Amino acid sequence: MIAIDLAIVWAFIIAFAVFVYVVMDGFDLGLGILFPLFPEKHDRDVIMNTVAPVWDGNETWLVLGGGGLMAAFPLAYAVLMPALYTPMIVMLLGLVFRGVAFEFRWRTTKERNKWDVAFFGGSFLATLAQGIALGAILQGVHVEGRHYAGGWWDWLTPFSILTGVSLVIGYALLGATWLVMKTEGELRDRAYHLSWIFLLAMLGAIAAVSLATPFLHVQYTQRWFAWPNVLLTAQVPIAVAVITALLLRSLAKKYDYQPFFLTLALFALSYAGLGISMFPYIVPQSITIWQAAAPANSQIFMLFGVAGLIPLILGYTAWAYWVFRGKVKPESGYH
Amino acid sequence: MFEGWDAVVLARAQFAFTMSFHIIFPAFSIGLASYLAVLEALWLATGREVYINLFHYWLKIFAVAFGMGVVSGIVMSYQFGTNWSAFSDKVGPVIGPLMAYEVLTAFFLEAGFLGVMLFGLKRVGPRLHFLATLMVAIGTLISAFWILSANSWMQTPTGHAVNADGQFIAADWLKVIFNPSFPYRLVHMVLAAYLTTALVVGAVGAYHLLRDRHLAGPRVMFSMAMWMATLVAPIQILAGDQHGLNTLEHQPVKIMAMEGHFESHKDGAPLILFGLPNQTAGRVDFAVEVPKLGSLILKHSPDAPMAGLDTVPRENWPPVAIAFWSFRIMVGMGLLMLALGGLSLLMRLTGKFYDSRLLHMFALAMGPAGFIAVLAGWITTEVGRQPFTVYGLLRTVDSASPLAAPAVASSLIAFIIVYFAVFTAGVIYLLRLMAAPPHPGEEGPSHDAPIRSAGITPAAGAAVEGAAE
Repeated sequence: MIAIDLAIVWAFIIAFAVFVYVVMDGFDLGLGILFPLFPEKHDRDVIMNTVAPVWDGNETWLVLGGGGLMAAFPLAYAVLMPALYTPMIVMLLGLVFRGVAFEFRWRTTKERNKWDVAFFGGSFLATLAQGIALGAILQGVHVEGRHYAGGWWDWLTPFSILTGVSLVIGYALLGATWLVMKTEGELRDRAYHLSWIFLLAMLGAIAAVSLATPFLHVQYTQRWFAWPNVLLTAQVPIAVAVITALLLRSLAKKYDYQPFFLTLALFALSYAGLGISMFPYIVPQSITIWQAAAPANSQIFMLFGVAGLIPLILGYTAWAYWVFRGKVKPESGYH
Repeated sequence: MFEGWDAVVLARAQFAFTMSFHIIFPAFSIGLASYLAVLEALWLATGREVYINLFHYWLKIFAVAFGMGVVSGIVMSYQFGTNWSAFSDKVGPVIGPLMAYEVLTAFFLEAGFLGVMLFGLKRVGPRLHFLATLMVAIGTLISAFWILSANSWMQTPTGHAVNADGQFIAADWLKVIFNPSFPYRLVHMVLAAYLTTALVVGAVGAYHLLRDRHLAGPRVMFSMAMWMATLVAPIQILAGDQHGLNTLEHQPVKIMAMEGHFESHKDGAPLILFGLPNQTAGRVDFAVEVPKLGSLILKHSPDAPMAGLDTVPRENWPPVAIAFWSFRIMVGMGLLMLALGGLSLLMRLTGKFYDSRLLHMFALAMGPAGFIAVLAGWITTEVGRQPFTVYGLLRTVDSASPLAAPAVASSLIAFIIVYFAVFTAGVIYLLRLMAAPPHPGEEGPSHDAPIRSAGITPAAGAAVEGAAE
């Protein structure tokens, strides 16, 4: 029997699922956030059509993240969900509005504006709530025994608001660069313009969150700045600088694909930074991944499924993207 | 506000409310996905235009219903954590993996192929498109498999142990998955989904036949739906009976509540048809009953002794009146479905199938019957499991999150407002789609360049594929 640390394996699987969610639903939600900036019905139709065939699959990664957390780290799920009660409920309701808007706005002309507002509002609130939840996890929650023991407004702090707003900016940037990739003409030009604005805002947000995080807990400070950790952790800001330079260049040269994928790289680096701050805690400073881990036979049972099925899922998901590849032409919407 | 309220009661109300809204959509989309696969297969096999018209007609309806099922389903997957965190901690190691398998084997399959199914016919050709439809249909069935396994384990837990932290852990995964009530529940639910869809399809067909009985599309869909009712309603009643006997074996207290058997009967229990269960007094007021029929049905012997709730400690009683009445509503709906299936067969044999206004009116009225039966059935089985979440092992009061009542009350109100607003609109859009009859050259959800869509037939698709090789 090879000694593998199941808890670490599962921490990476959950982290992977959440990251794929952020990557894939990030631009969907970003499009919703950008919706008010594209008031023309025609533009909105095109924007919707760039994601209509894939949004449902994108959102499924959120179900895997939540369901996987319950299955692999039930204690963390049981502590975090009540701690994040309000942001979670707001996110779920936001996703309800966002999700139904995809279909509903094609089924009515009279009420289309209403569902466009729902699409924006739902996307915005869901994103804000996700960002706030992230901040609330980072700042830590009050745990006693196997229960959350804080109040139902503990999540609300200046730091969690900062992470909430940052995620809204980040998803908006993903949405804008997605549109650069998937659209043409005047719509794409506007998306370029917005990409510039949201990139600058995102850099500000990354800087602000990075500066604020070490002040949350002394452990975070040590993790990032103590010798010799700093040799490793310093790679992250350096890489961020390199990616930023490439991203600015790709926008200046008006490339189609690079801005989106470089934005994803920026997300990946920020995400890695989060991992560096949190590891090995799953509820920061209270519960480690080993304490929260489900019994080995639960984790092993699921590992078979994950190992066999995730590659398959990625395969047919890639196929679906391939079927709907290329620019969405205004005259040939799916709807 | 809400300070004096019981947070557990509010959390239960929230689960019941969000679950009841959610179950409606999967119950419909499980059946509809299979129906769409059948329609597309018939189109591919025969090349008849009426099948592809019906396919596109119901595909638009499927898209709206499926979307509502997805968004209300995500709520469910997080509600275990937000409102039932103690349950999640203790039971997560057992039912968490079952739900994770549902996501991995079903949700991704449905979602991954849904885009191609809805919008991709012209991009991938008829054969690959049929594969996508098939994958979505299979995905809905796999989903039913896992979630009913998880639910059945909560009803009839087997194959588990308890660890030092008080968590349930699986001792034998096969025994967990294939727990005693699972096969019965799975068959009963999938048949219910098929019947529910057939009744909706039949009602839509009947609605249009009442206006014009020569329309090709409504004739075909009405005929298909009525065959389903004729054949499946009796099978479903049989399956329900078997499920009931299984429940008697493993969850006798639930049967006592469903039957209103407060008292034990040494020599044959009556079948109480109607009455007002009085939980406090421990009796059924104004009972209309048939002597010994209860024992005959449940034990297949009129004089077989039946234990009643008087043999069970009061703190383990489920709410009797709810289980009693919801069970009767479900059975009543089932009998009406049997009648519809029988009447339609009679009309078919006497050649009045497309002309009988009585049959069409009956079928139209039965449109929502499947949903009512599904909801009533779920209320029966879930309320009958109370006061436990894991039957006999974990109490509902020990399953809830450590939340203050105002938090749960606020979220409950938010869910009620949002669900009514959103799903009312959705149902109106669905009814609007159903109110228009399917017509030749029906478009799917795709409004792709209309010129190309005119000539799509299996033969043309095959020719395109041939040319591409």
